[in-house]
Amino acid sequence: MGGVSLSIEKGSFVALVGSSGSGKSTLLKMVNTLVAPTGGRVLFGGDDVLTLNQSHLRRRVGYVFQGIGLFPHFTVGENIAIGPRLAGEALPAKRIAELLTLVELEPDMAGRAPDELSGGQRQRVGVARALAGDPELLIMDEPFGALDPITRDALGTKVRELHEKLGLTTIMVTHDMAEALLLADRVLVMSFGDLVADHTPRELLAGHGGEIAQGLVAVPRQQAERLAAMEKTENGL
Amino acid sequence: MSEIWTIPWGLGDKFAAHIVLSASAIGLGILVALPLAVWASRSPTVSRVALGFASLVQTIPALALLALFFPILLSLRAVFGEGLPTLGFLPALLALALYALLPILRNAVTAQANLDPGVLEAADGVGMTKWQKLTLVEAPLSAPFIMAGIRTASVWTIGAATLATTIGQPSLGDPIFAGLQTQNWALVLAGCIASAGLALVVDALLGLVERGFANRKRWQSALGFAAVALGLSAALFYQSGGDDDDTIIIASKQFSEQYILAQLIGSQLEAAGYTVEYRDGLGSAVVHSAVASSSIDISVDYTGTIWTNELGRTDNPGREAMYGTIVEWERENTGVRVLGRLGFENAYAFAMREDRAAELGVTTLDELVRFGPSLTVGGDPEFFERPEWIAVREAYGMRFGETRNFSPTFMYNALRSGEADVISAYTSDGRIAADRLVVLEDPRGALPSYDAMLMMSPRIAEDEAIARALEPLIGAISVEAMREANFAVDREGEGKLSPKDAAAQLAQTIGL
Repeated sequence: MGGVSLSIEKGSFVALVGSSGSGKSTLLKMVNTLVAPTGGRVLFGGDDVLTLNQSHLRRRVGYVFQGIGLFPHFTVGENIAIGPRLAGEALPAKRIAELLTLVELEPDMAGRAPDELSGGQRQRVGVARALAGDPELLIMDEPFGALDPITRDALGTKVRELHEKLGLTTIMVTHDMAEALLLADRVLVMSFGDLVADHTPRELLAGHGGEIAQGLVAVPRQQAERLAAMEKTENGL
Repeated sequence: MSEIWTIPWGLGDKFAAHIVLSASAIGLGILVALPLAVWASRSPTVSRVALGFASLVQTIPALALLALFFPILLSLRAVFGEGLPTLGFLPALLALALYALLPILRNAVTAQANLDPGVLEAADGVGMTKWQKLTLVEAPLSAPFIMAGIRTASVWTIGAATLATTIGQPSLGDPIFAGLQTQNWALVLAGCIASAGLALVVDALLGLVERGFANRKRWQSALGFAAVALGLSAALFYQSGGDDDDTIIIASKQFSEQYILAQLIGSQLEAAGYTVEYRDGLGSAVVHSAVASSSIDISVDYTGTIWTNELGRTDNPGREAMYGTIVEWERENTGVRVLGRLGFENAYAFAMREDRAAELGVTTLDELVRFGPSLTVGGDPEFFERPEWIAVREAYGMRFGETRNFSPTFMYNALRSGEADVISAYTSDGRIAADRLVVLEDPRGALPSYDAMLMMSPRIAEDEAIARALEPLIGAISVEAMREANFAVDREGEGKLSPKDAAAQLAQTIGL
């Protein structure tokens, strides 16, 4: 990790983009101290995260990641309620049903075992679990990476909608620039541990951000152009 | 062989002792293995060292591991004082717990290593402390695998616990060892069936617990645990009822004569109103230490054995002097009271077929020397290395034409078939009478004596009532009477007796 210095506004939806090994996940995990920085500081609401009580901090930061990590020996409902339970608070069934509805799952799914769910349903539960403790910040590490494209698109849109509705601050790590451009207000591009671009999606599409960022933007753009061209030829016939 | 089905009902105390010993060993194994596994999951070095050690222990034969705890505990007495038991429950518990360690440890470590990394990351991500992560996530998810390890350990331990007999801890090994020695196969089978049956039942119950953990069905685990706890409580209850301080423990080594004498001594004491318990099949080397430390109360030992092994002497001052010295030595050094000699010897002696001895006109070793070079001598595998043979060779200038080694049973067969002309027999062996052998006299006293002595532990040494009850046995058992009793137990087919029946017959013969 090189010298990265940035601040994230309350209420913003930030995407952290870069190829594998660029350091985006490491940077993200420093926020909830899953990774401890060897130098420098991460401030959360003005406090250095390393000085805060670790368990307490992690309950204030909702965490969604590619591995999902539902506890297989808990029901769906117990999985959602784990954060408040650790804080000594029993989450009422009504609230669990509400959270399930929020991520577009049936409320009666609360009694099911995670094994009985599809991958997309499991990650929806993962999102509900991250939201259960009313977090101030939602951090997501390749949250939709293992899902099929349709589920992925639907869930992405849903998360953006929840972000608005609940007034969240969200940081999402992804290697997919299209996803970042479509969901985020602000896109950070990382390469070999350094922050190489920091722009809005509109600015990136307008050609800002330098070579590496533009290299990443070029991929979905060219794909879109090729698809459009293909469509035209089809129509021309 | 229908007695196989009646014997197990007489094994209640052995069964209870076996259950308590196995359960304690597995419990101790779990108590050590689980924290070690948690530590190992956090440190690869600990993991390597712990698994390496447990695997190393596993390569030591169980019998040797049990025996090794005797000297270890003996040396630990320097730290913990003379009260530290060196035989019986403690060494058996420690050895078996060490043995139980590996399967539990290995399964626990493997289970931890194979936990889904996503689940562990989520546990950290939702803000679990290390302890919460262990108790809420790691432990429940590893439980079925750990349970499988405990099952394996239980089956091993219940099997290996039969070997605890050799270090003076009662177990289902008692009937097995006693049966092997006296060739009472029904007794061996009964012990095996009981121990295997116990292992199967425990395996099934723990299997139920394991499936309960795996399928997250709490009632299933609870049912299995409850059944195991019930069995253990029953065993503990049974044991607590049977044991009191007045019980006199009689030991025997692993051959027929010892089993018979233990029964004879036991019936004498029971007739005098005492409660007795038998520790059958102790290793020959541990019997003296056991009686000296009062782990057992009464044993029968032989002057020649004590002379060489305990006093460390190699000279031969003659039968009476040897006995006198031993009585004195025991009183001063161990506190063991030698009540007296039973009247017979179980010594090495040279024996010949009656007709062959008559043919040559030989009745003593002196007379044999002349014929030596034309004769073949047979001995057990160690005899020609023993001080007894060297002493005879030097005292008489004895030389034989040919020297052959046989296992004891084949030695007598060789004499019968003429493959050997003279053998190194044991004087109280039943086959001397059965095969009508002549034992050659030893006028020069070259062969050390092996007088059978009655030994009383320091705990009961002062007890004159016990001494009076046993007094009638002193000097009462002739070598002929002992041979007859030994043969009744050793023989095959018609007329074969259990050590208990042989003891009863022996009591009649000597007029008790």
